Amino acid sequence: MALRLDFTHPLRSFVAAVRLTVPRGTTTALVGPSGAGKTTVLRVIAGLLRPREGTLTVDGVSWLDTSRKHELPPERRRVGYLFQEYALFPHLDVARNVRFGARDSGLADEMLDRFGIMHLRHARIRDLSGGERQRVGLARALARDPDVLLLDEPLSALDAHTKDTVRLELHQHLRELDLPAIVVTHDFEDAAALAHTIGVVVEGKLLQTGTAGELVAAPADPFVATFTGATLLPGTAIGAREGLTEILLDNGATAWSTEPGSGRVHLAVYPWDIALAREQPDSSLSNHLRGPITSIVPIGDRTRVRVGGIVAEITAASARRLALTEGDTIVASFKATAARLLRATPR
Amino acid sequence: MVAIFLRVPPGDLFAALGSDAALAAIVVTLETNAISMVLIIVFGTPTAYWVATRSSRLRDLVLTLIELPLVLPPAVAGIGLLAAFGRFGLLGGTMEFAGLDIAFTKVAVVLAVAFVASPFYVRTAVSSFEAIEPTLPDAARTLGAGPAKVFARVALPLAAGGLGAGAALAFARGIGEFGATIMFAGSLQGVTQTVSLAIYEQFDLDFDVALAISAVLVAVSAGVLLIVKLFSRWRSGSTSPIPFAPSSQPSG
Repeated sequence: MALRLDFTHPLRSFVAAVRLTVPRGTTTALVGPSGAGKTTVLRVIAGLLRPREGTLTVDGVSWLDTSRKHELPPERRRVGYLFQEYALFPHLDVARNVRFGARDSGLADEMLDRFGIMHLRHARIRDLSGGERQRVGLARALARDPDVLLLDEPLSALDAHTKDTVRLELHQHLRELDLPAIVVTHDFEDAAALAHTIGVVVEGKLLQTGTAGELVAAPADPFVATFTGATLLPGTAIGAREGLTEILLDNGATAWSTEPGSGRVHLAVYPWDIALAREQPDSSLSNHLRGPITSIVPIGDRTRVRVGGIVAEITAASARRLALTEGDTIVASFKATAARLLRATPR
Repeated sequence: MVAIFLRVPPGDLFAALGSDAALAAIVVTLETNAISMVLIIVFGTPTAYWVATRSSRLRDLVLTLIELPLVLPPAVAGIGLLAAFGRFGLLGGTMEFAGLDIAFTKVAVVLAVAFVASPFYVRTAVSSFEAIEPTLPDAARTLGAGPAKVFARVALPLAAGGLGAGAALAFARGIGEFGATIMFAGSLQGVTQTVSLAIYEQFDLDFDVALAISAVLVAVSAGVLLIVKLFSRWRSGSTSPIPFAPSSQPSG
């Protein structure tokens, strides 16, 4: 029991070609830069866009098969679609929005209740806050009793404060629903918080699919690495010694990685794998890059420090202990095991 | 405009309105314009929706045809209508055979007004259908609405303000119609003589009556413009992207 999609469709500057299986009760996030074709995937599933070629089955029922010229119109596909910015009907109140596509009014009332918006049922859409609108949109989508749930950037229209609460709520709802769900987002953190599986979409193709942990542990490509939060240092692998690869970085420094590599490479390192010190430490950390601090950004109890080309994330306490100020010269260190080597691909 | 109201005392103005010519003209105008407006709205609304939701070349062609009366001199419109429906016109023979003679009847007035006023409605209607946020019809489709239901329950209500404004503009243009009507329908008092034609005729016969009818037209036109403004305000409130209300309490 699952959603199975396989389609190709030419977009403005590339051809989108996506093959995707989403089992019932699981959530897949599609992440990637804007214009990568993420929303196209949702529109094909909903029937709002007919792909040049493709098949789509949901729980074994064919919704689309271009080779047989078979295509269910959108209104006959049972899809719960939460649009970006929610697409609520401004001329209808909250209850009428939720009832618009409801199987029956009982289910609509149940959703109003479940999302805690019963008291807003006579409210006009323009009077709702962002978080409230998101709940109305979700209630409306689920009142249709869908077989598939599609969420397009469900959190991007919210301010930072509301976003955290709504993300938690959304996470709980997604866990409770026994549906295949697809979330489109440009934010890796949102994807990691909401989905079981993350697919990175670039120029209409699924570049890599896996859990958030898998993508961070072994990014398949420099793009996936930066997307998951790594800093990339371009360089050239110049040789191997004692199981380590030696890389001459473009900034003149030398670095070591436990991963094999040759020729032009990107060294990817995550901010949480980097330690900062005033003087070069005498330790097993085999990579040390010295440089001036170009920025210090406190984020809650963490502090992000940019040293030369790389970003380190340390605890606020360490930042205070080191008494960092912009312009100071400092040493950023990371283990050879934390230095992932990725072949430089022209993009 | 002020001169129209000041030249004759208000009492005389009302008395002049009571004249046979003025009353007949007002009745003819209201009758014919009401029918024209019904025709314009009934045929114009679906046409406008069709144009607004297409992006083909055919759409541009249809739009050009719709807008043509806007730029045509009224005299050309009148000649065209005569050439089509007149006794010796393109369709005149067929219609005469069927016992219909349209030229110089009320039907001719209705056709002339509809021809000249329709672009004002259809053009505005196209813009207001186009102004609908495209995700709204999409959302309606995913919520189980077929194309007809999307039109009735989403497009029509959202475009209503614009449709009202367009109808008011078309009505204002219609009651002032002169050129096409006088050529195609003539100026027969009580049959085809509308207010504009009556002003022209009374201009020679009784200047006070001409003034009185003009005063009515000024009042009606001002009223219509006001209505258009009100519709436009309602419309901008209903279809432009709605900003979020400030969150009054932490959600959750």
